Amino acid sequence: MENYINLTLKVWRQKNAREKGRFETYQVKNISTDSSFLEMLDILNEQLINEGQEPVAFDHDCREGICGMCSLYINGRPHGPDDDITTCQLHMRKFKNGETIWIEPWRSAGFPVIKDLIVNRTAFDQIIAAGGYVSVNTGGVPDANAIPIPKDDADEAMDAASCIGCGACVAACKNGSAMLFVSAKVSQLALLPQGRVEAARRAKNMVAKMDELGFGNCTNTGACEVECPKGISVANIARLNREFLKAKLQD
Amino acid sequence: MSNLLSSSIGKKLLMGLSGLFLMMFLLVHLTVNALLLVPDGGEFYNAAAHFMATNPFIKVMEPMLAIGFLVHILWGVKLTLENQKARGNSRYASGNKTTGVTWASQNMLVLGITIFAFLVLHIAQFWVKMKLVGDPRLEGIDITIGGVSTHVENAYALVNYTFSYLWVVIVYIIAGVGLALHLSHGFWSSFQTIGFSNQIWRQRLSVLGSIYAWVVGLGFALIALLQYLFYQPV
Repeated sequence: MENYINLTLKVWRQKNAREKGRFETYQVKNISTDSSFLEMLDILNEQLINEGQEPVAFDHDCREGICGMCSLYINGRPHGPDDDITTCQLHMRKFKNGETIWIEPWRSAGFPVIKDLIVNRTAFDQIIAAGGYVSVNTGGVPDANAIPIPKDDADEAMDAASCIGCGACVAACKNGSAMLFVSAKVSQLALLPQGRVEAARRAKNMVAKMDELGFGNCTNTGACEVECPKGISVANIARLNREFLKAKLQD
Repeated sequence: MSNLLSSSIGKKLLMGLSGLFLMMFLLVHLTVNALLLVPDGGEFYNAAAHFMATNPFIKVMEPMLAIGFLVHILWGVKLTLENQKARGNSRYASGNKTTGVTWASQNMLVLGITIFAFLVLHIAQFWVKMKLVGDPRLEGIDITIGGVSTHVENAYALVNYTFSYLWVVIVYIIAGVGLALHLSHGFWSSFQTIGFSNQIWRQRLSVLGSIYAWVVGLGFALIALLQYLFYQPV
């Protein structure tokens, strides 16, 4: 049933990376409980523009939960008070009329704030560039059944591959660790024969890049797994540890 | 190798391996302590303590144990400091409402410091007296081990006397609970860190870890409490 609610928003405003930020309080009225969280922010921004103020900057793209662009730390949780979803899939029915909503950017040394609610997540791209791929050898298309892959491995690889690189794992981690992200990216390839060829080099290079960029050391609290919108398992982190240690001991 | 140990996973490997080593030590320690509950005036316990003090294997393991503790403490502090830096200075104003994360897993340093504080007291109470300065209560006695009369230190008398103080027992109970919480995360976590875990083993290791943690933590506390309650000379 569609309802309309009024809300108080405490939004983090920060002019640029260098200046100090602060919380601003805004009121929004008559928000449909069927609207998404980002639509609610669109309404806020329209209101701000009409009042001659600068709109709130926030990341968003596909708005169907598959691109990993939207972020936001809402009322104490990355992607807000719902499980296994991105912020664009969070609906206003999760909030009560008259509620105060705190909206903050990801906070981690590896993800510095660029403006308002937008953080710089290029560190993830750099980690991928360090080895999160299979070197392509073009040629004839092989038969689909030419390389048999056990169903369990294929399933686990697909589960790992569902990581959208949103950074919620880092945002939720008390250690600012990117291990869940890196482990998903290493696992999705390490589990498949095509990815095995470069597995050792990949694990070493991606971990080295992760350390270099200043992400923290995993202490296995499991907060990342809880907040991951795609339910990536920390079992992948054990696999990454295995892959990395094996690769190092082979040297 | 130095390259391995300077990486994040390498540093954690040291934490995991030293943790596993210390957990094995705790099992041995608890087994010997359990002999304090044999109601024979401490004869069996003294025999075991004599064996532990004279056995060449234990003599080698003693410095290894010291190194194990040192590595675990130093790297634990180092990793925590690095993690605070990686986390950055900004805190979330709306707090942390992530559910399903154990308290112990987020407070391993605090629990570790609690255990360390206890360890200092514990070493001063027993190790220093037994190995360095001596204590009148350790005055040698003759016991029969396997039919042979042997002259041994009366370690039982010192332990029994120490546990006659209520404050000591209370400290041991607090430390026992702290240790159990530390281990309840540490057990699973050490296996995860060395790469020995997956979807299935995670459940098994968590259950096993909880059992191990509370048996060890409460075991030490219970032995101290029982010594205070039932084993004091009238």
